[in-house]
Parts: sequence; C-alpha cells; structure tokens
Amino acid sequence: MLQPNSYAGKLIVVEGIDGSGKSTQIDLLFKWLQSQKRSVYFSEWNSSELVKSTTRLGKKRKMFTPTTFSLLQATDFADRWENRILPLLKAGVIVVADRYAFTAFGRDVARGVGRQWVRNLYSFAIQPDIAFYFRVPLDIAVDRIMMSRAKLKYYEAGMDLGLSDNTVTSFRLFQQRIIDEYEQMITEFGFTVIDGTLPIQAQQQRVRRVARKILQDWRGLPVPDQIAGGS
Amino acid sequence: MKEVAFYGDGLPYSSIEDLPGKLIVLEGTDGVGRSTHIQLLRKWLEEEGFGVSDTGLTRSPMTQPGLDAAKAGNTLGRLAMSLFYATDFADRLENQIIPALKAGFYVLSDRYFYSVIARDVVRGADPEWARKLYGFALKPDMVFYLRAGLPTLVARIVHGRGFDFWESGMDIRCANNLYDSFCSYQTLVIQQFDQMVDEFGFITIDATRSVEQVFQDLRTHIQALEGLETPAED
Repeated sequence: MLQPNSYAGKLIVVEGIDGSGKSTQIDLLFKWLQSQKRSVYFSEWNSSELVKSTTRLGKKRKMFTPTTFSLLQATDFADRWENRILPLLKAGVIVVADRYAFTAFGRDVARGVGRQWVRNLYSFAIQPDIAFYFRVPLDIAVDRIMMSRAKLKYYEAGMDLGLSDNTVTSFRLFQQRIIDEYEQMITEFGFTVIDGTLPIQAQQQRVRRVARKILQDWRGLPVPDQIAGGS
Repeated sequence: MKEVAFYGDGLPYSSIEDLPGKLIVLEGTDGVGRSTHIQLLRKWLEEEGFGVSDTGLTRSPMTQPGLDAAKAGNTLGRLAMSLFYATDFADRLENQIIPALKAGFYVLSDRYFYSVIARDVVRGADPEWARKLYGFALKPDMVFYLRAGLPTLVARIVHGRGFDFWESGMDIRCANNLYDSFCSYQTLVIQQFDQMVDEFGFITIDATRSVEQVFQDLRTHIQALEGLETPAED
C-alpha cells in the first residue's frame, strides 16, 4: 500500500514491459505539458548518479542476486526520491516518471523476491495521481525490442534466472512473469490501462484526456516567465 | 548452524537446507573493541583447528567503492543510505557469509544489520520499515552485544582513532561540534541497542572490563555452542 499524495504537485507514471511503448508516450506527454506552460520534471528509472558505478560493476561482473538487484534499484529510487521527486512535488511541480515502484514490484518478484518484502522497501513513496499501464501482447513487445536492439543484455533478458540458455527464450519467459505481476497490480494500484497496440497518436490522445482530468482547475507551480508577465 | 532460519521471507529463490558452519556476530557501538575481539577469536578458533572467515559492514566488493564515494559527498539522503547499506549487507550475506557457512566455516561478523537499524532509526527511519527490510537476513547462532557506556567510548576514541564525522552523527548535527555531537549521537545509538537485546536475543557482554576478561567471556559462550567441545586445557 502506498500513501496517498498529500503534496502540492502531481505525480504521473508509466509502466509496462520492455517494448510496450511507454517511454514514447511519457515523452510526448512531457513535451505537451511543457508546451502548456506547466512546471514539469521528468525522472527515469535507474538514473541516479549515486549508484551508477555500483550498478555498472555489478552488471559487468554478474555479481547481482535477486535481493541485491532489488535493493540497489531501491537505493537508486530513494536517491531520486529524496533529492528530486519529493522536493519538486512539495514545490507544486508535475513529476512524470518513466517507470516507478511498480517496475520493482514486477521485475523483482519475477526474479524471486517476496511480494510483501519489495512493497515494504518502497513504502515511503506515494501512490501516483495517474499510473498508466501500457498493455501489449508479449509477441508484439518482443518483436519491437528485437527490431530496435542489436543484442539483449544479460540482466535485461533475465539470464540470471537460469530459465533458458537462449537469450530470446529467457527474455520471453522473464517478460511473461512480469506481465503476470502487472496484471495483478491493475486493481491493487488502480492502473489506467492503455492498449499499447493502438497507433501512437491514438494512445497519446487517451493519455492526455486522462491527464487533463486531474489537471483542470489545478494551478501548480507557475513557470518563471509567467511570473514575470512577459515584461 | 542448528537450524537455518531467517528474520522474514529469507531468500525465497535459493534453497538453503543445511549450513554446517557457525555464524557469530559481535555488535556494539563504535569504540567497544569489536575488531580486537574478532582478531582474538579468530586466532583462538584457528588454533582449535576451525576454518574462520570474517566480515564487516561495507566490505562488499560490489558496493564498497560506491558507498564510500556516496558518503564522501553531501547528497546521500537517509533512505538512500539505509538501502545502500542493505545492499552491501545482502551482497556479503549471499556471496560471502552463506558460502562460508556452507563450507563449514566459523563466520565472525563485525556488526550485523542491528547496527545499521540502530543508526537508521536514530536518523529518523521507521523502526518497523527498517526491520522488514532485513527480512532476508539469516539468524546468527550467537550475537554478542559488547556494551560500554559513554565515558568508556570517549576514552577509547580519544586514545584511538579520534572523532569521526559519521561516528559522531555530524550528518544530522546532534550538536555544533564533534565532541558534543559524538556524545549525543552515541547515547541515542546505545538506547537503540538496549531496546534490541530481548527482541534479537543478544548476549550482553560488559565491555568496560579488560580485553582479557571480555575475551574469556566470549570464549566460554562459544565453547558452549553445540559441536564445539571445551578445548583441552591442562
């Protein structure tokens, strides 16, 4: 259970498996919000400088276990939470996040850690105002990934789970487990489900419609040139 | 170990049935003499013919460089620090402690997660959250709590390595100078340890006595552990 948002800002997150198209959609949403003269900040999963060198070392030497992988990503999130997301939410900014705690609830549980254990790790975080879940059939997501990427990486493919010696087979099995977790989270966390097989523009229309609903009659932090009044 | 037990779910993806080694933990605040006693215990156990492995906080090869760098900067928040230490602990547990226990070693741990919880809670962490975090941790065979009051700690630190920024809780500015901050901070940490004695079954050892007296105590307790006969002394 995540705490309700009691801060001045708004939090909008996107979730979905690799190849679901969520990053494209959050990028479009982010740019649209900027064009609407909203104070908006974008935060990406696993992007904190604090743990970057440790993550690189762990991946390179294949040192991770499901528990250390989970804890290190939670450290990354906590660092972004304490230094960026929380202060900006308090200031009245719209924070948009490409992946959020739900990614950990999906991937880490697919790797084998306990559902309640990983939920406790992130219990300091808030329930987003909107959590979009981009749902796509596994085959489509895998095709998209295989087209855009030369080679699947070891942890990305879930090779650490020992499900298969074949990277693509392992990736498929791993992603299916994540889908199963996401599906259970739809009601648990009130996901707004978007059909990720629709054309990009049609998806974005839906995304904006939902976002508009929570942003109407809401001011948030003004952007500086509005304060200056153009003078 | 008598039985393999965890504080929570443990490590659900790995099956650990039998750990023939023994896990002995020395806990206590900064300056109680933990590292001295780890050395003495190691020497004694090796003389008895046991394989000994030792470990301590932030010694994971994966997290140590990153954690040191993070502590040297000024952006490390409370939550990120708690979780980074937990990562270090988990890495050592799974990659050092458990393999050594499987191989039948005595593992001497200079601190365990209790210290980390004590420090986290003093820094404002939710005690319940911090405990659940370590649900993956193995229950040791024995946990010694080397206890000394503030005057002893001050004397040892002054005549030892000197006051340190983190050991004095200067990150949370318990006071505006190292000495007062050290006193306030360590007092709060001692309170946390005292509260954990029953909860985690610590064996409290009076660490204000001489090294020899403390060591005799530790040795007697360890000798009483199943599988270790009293050494042949004439």
